[in-house]
Amino acid sequence: MLQLLTNANTLILATEEGGHAAEALSDGGLLASMAWLIPVVPMVAAFAIVFYGKRMPYKGWDIAIAVMGFEALYGTALLLAHIASPIAHDFQVEIARIGSMPIEWGWTVDGLSIMMYFLVGVVGFFVFLYAKGYMEGDIRFTWFFASFTLFAGGMLVLVSAPNMIQLIVGWELVGVSSWLLIGHYWEDHYASSSAIKAMLVNKAADVGLFVGAIIVSMSVGSFRFSDILHAVEGGAAEAPLLAQFAFWGGLALFIGAMGKSAQFPFHVWLPDAMAGPTPVSALMHAATMVTAGVYLVGRMFPLYLTDGFATEVRAVIIIIGGLTLFLTGLIALVQDDIKKVLAYSTLSQLGYMTAAMGAGAYTAGLFHLFTHAFFKALLFLGAGSVIHSVHSNNMSDMGGLRKTMPWTYRTFLVGSLALAGIPLFAGFFSKDEILASLNYAIGKFSTADGGSSVATIVLILAISGAFITAFYMARTVMLTFHGEYKGQAHPHESPKIMWVPLVGLAVPSAVIGFMNWPGLTSTFTDVVGGRAVRVLDHHATEFDYLMLSFGLTAAVAGGLIGMRIWGPDKETQAARDTFRIPLLYPLLENKYYIDDLYMDGVIRPIRGPVARAINWTNGYVIDFVVNGAGLLARSVGKVVYWFDQRGVDGAIHASGAVTGAGGGMLRLLQTGKVQQYAILIFAATVILVAGLVIWF
Amino acid sequence: MNDWLTQAENWAFILIALPMVLGAWRSVTSRNVVHSVLFLVITLAASAALFLLLGAEFVAWSVVLVYIGAVIVLFLFGIMITRAPLGMETELSHSNQTKLGAALVSGALFALITVAVITGFGETEIVSNPTRTSEIGQSMFERFVIPFEVVSVVLLAALIGGIVLARRDPAEPGDSSSSLGGAQSAHVTAEGGEA
Amino acid sequence: MILGQFIILGAALFSLGVYGVLTRRNAVLVLLSVELMLAAVNINFVAFDTYARDVTAGGQIFSLFVIAVGAAEVGIGLAIVLLIFRNRESANVDELDLMKL
Repeated sequence: MLQLLTNANTLILATEEGGHAAEALSDGGLLASMAWLIPVVPMVAAFAIVFYGKRMPYKGWDIAIAVMGFEALYGTALLLAHIASPIAHDFQVEIARIGSMPIEWGWTVDGLSIMMYFLVGVVGFFVFLYAKGYMEGDIRFTWFFASFTLFAGGMLVLVSAPNMIQLIVGWELVGVSSWLLIGHYWEDHYASSSAIKAMLVNKAADVGLFVGAIIVSMSVGSFRFSDILHAVEGGAAEAPLLAQFAFWGGLALFIGAMGKSAQFPFHVWLPDAMAGPTPVSALMHAATMVTAGVYLVGRMFPLYLTDGFATEVRAVIIIIGGLTLFLTGLIALVQDDIKKVLAYSTLSQLGYMTAAMGAGAYTAGLFHLFTHAFFKALLFLGAGSVIHSVHSNNMSDMGGLRKTMPWTYRTFLVGSLALAGIPLFAGFFSKDEILASLNYAIGKFSTADGGSSVATIVLILAISGAFITAFYMARTVMLTFHGEYKGQAHPHESPKIMWVPLVGLAVPSAVIGFMNWPGLTSTFTDVVGGRAVRVLDHHATEFDYLMLSFGLTAAVAGGLIGMRIWGPDKETQAARDTFRIPLLYPLLENKYYIDDLYMDGVIRPIRGPVARAINWTNGYVIDFVVNGAGLLARSVGKVVYWFDQRGVDGAIHASGAVTGAGGGMLRLLQTGKVQQYAILIFAATVILVAGLVIWF
Repeated sequence: MNDWLTQAENWAFILIALPMVLGAWRSVTSRNVVHSVLFLVITLAASAALFLLLGAEFVAWSVVLVYIGAVIVLFLFGIMITRAPLGMETELSHSNQTKLGAALVSGALFALITVAVITGFGETEIVSNPTRTSEIGQSMFERFVIPFEVVSVVLLAALIGGIVLARRDPAEPGDSSSSLGGAQSAHVTAEGGEA
Repeated sequence: MILGQFIILGAALFSLGVYGVLTRRNAVLVLLSVELMLAAVNINFVAFDTYARDVTAGGQIFSLFVIAVGAAEVGIGLAIVLLIFRNRESANVDELDLMKL
């Protein structure tokens, strides 16, 4: 059925260091052996903020920012050390045991996790800096920073995990702290129900993660990633059990990843997660939480790319990615809430990453994750700055803000250009690499069973996605910063503590793409390729000019058309009206009715009957059990009494008397007195156990 | 049987078991609440002695510390607080009819277990092997560390639950709001005065 | 020593505990009888531990857990009794017949 991929193993190696020669990897010395501090410090700090935060001069923010500063410095130091000489460090200590499988705690320091440490640390630092200004005056200021630190810490636990168990712990920590943060304004019904929605959708997908972790770990006999991936490296003949179950294990793990990374059927929680404070959205959509799924696929990448294992799952991954990137991008076109536009754009970009992973492009997918984190955090913080100033989320209340908020405007523009994929900004390089790798993958899928046509469709979707991205970003910038101001409040530039982080993020958004300039630099490829296991990968060593021209044309055309339709000088209401295509527009505005489908199709039909079933159980089953116990005692008594009457044995007299008393008590059954119920329960138990003892 | 009686350990067992059963019997039948609790002390002390006989030292001293030390005091407090009748009291137990039913049920239970044990184990010998506390500690923190953590959570939950349940509600809401309102109005008046 | 003597002693204690639970009217004394049952369970655990010669001393560990859970149960139980006493001016179990609606 899913035999779309036949010759996946012809892909080239990522790097020399990360490939065969494990001896070229250093163990990282003190820097790597002290890396346990990375997850532990924020976890401790989260509790410290809860208990001591209120007594600190800045109400706990000072602890939080110190922690994130530490993370940023440590992440940068690790990244630089890793670029100088690749590190692969892995340490685990047993804390408990399930059967023969030890449950271990430890930390891993390799290219993939170092990239994430750096990302969470640096982006987190700027977001925390900004959050002080944004959350100023909030009634739960200290609590916010405690749960925010827990959120970052949970992500670091997840990233530092060297085994499945710790990954699941981090995964759930991120889940529970995101619930706390989305529901931060829980007095608002929308916020609290959004938090619950995020939790439930994630939980539904987490079942996949648990099942996948169990299948994969049990068939290898170890929870360690290193053992699992080395088993994969050994080939299907060496690990027959894993090869047998790899498809289902890989698929289940990907379903888990779909939940956290908000892929197509599970994407519904992410736009509603906007109900949380804007810094939360920024961190959640950039470095934390939604990257977890892509990270998981990256961590398990050899499983999906080695022949004989879960290679078929990649067909699912690429299709889901293609659908997500296109469908959610379209929704972003019609949103009025600026944060919702950005949320749907995040979904669309996550679709790109997933599609790249599905195409077997490890570097391209992670590179887009990396660059996207910077400019998406920047865009969210910019949007937050605007919202802070105009006191509304709706773009219909904004407009003309470029004069009153110059710094926000400049940085937001940088973020938009990066997201749209305009050359030399970070998003250009990563999106181009994804398009190139999708194009490359078409040739790698077999033509016989339609695999290559699926890949071609995904490529077309991705190029259209580039057009849509540029289009809605042009719309957002135009409606927010150009034209006439339409709101009621008096906009003003945000305080310095808020726009300085914007500048701090705008710089990497502009330049970080140079890390992987095809044909010129391959720093990022070397970073994420520097792992203890061989990662099969293909990455562009030079520009794929065909794809480059397609992508660039789409982006520029999207941007120009968007600017023309939504532009200020031509208040072309007619053009906007033609944009409101009948049927399609309401479909998009209602988000393809997927939320309604879930509500009416899944939740309502379950909720009503469950409530009725519980009521019915209370009314009938429990009474029935109590009555039944009495009746059972009496009928057993009758039988025994019958024996007794026949004079089988005088010794049975005693039990006859017991049951006689039981039968007599049946009249008193419905007294409501606990102890009489207890007598009956004990009597029934004794009789049943006696029956069991005699039976055997 | 003669063989059984020649072992000194078994005499020790009898010396422990007799007061134990008697204490338990009096504990569930005594008509004085405080006596009932004190008989429980005898039973628990005897069970601690039994654990020593079986070589389970740590368990024995845990029983002494936790049960005889803490739980009994808790019971006595419970009796005092609920103002249970302290003297002789006839109404402490149910009517004779209920007692008969309960006696039959518990008698049947005892008979059942006895028969099952005798048919199941017969005269299986056991030999006391003293377990050192260090072994218990090692086992508890290696093999049983997760149950141990779970128990600690249970204890925490019980602690919080006990506080929440037994805590008296703070002053009536009506009172507090009126006093607060009074304070606020006083404050407003003071400000008004200044202005 | 034979295994049976400990188990039968435990059974006797357990049955007495059951008797107490079923006949006592005062809620504190019901809890006390439950403690008796837990003590019987502990005796069984330790006796079977000695019998099985478990290297991890699992029976003893679990009797320690029983002690801990028993202590928690007394704490919560007495708190509930206290609450009932406050609300109904009585700690007698047979006056609590709200289960009969």
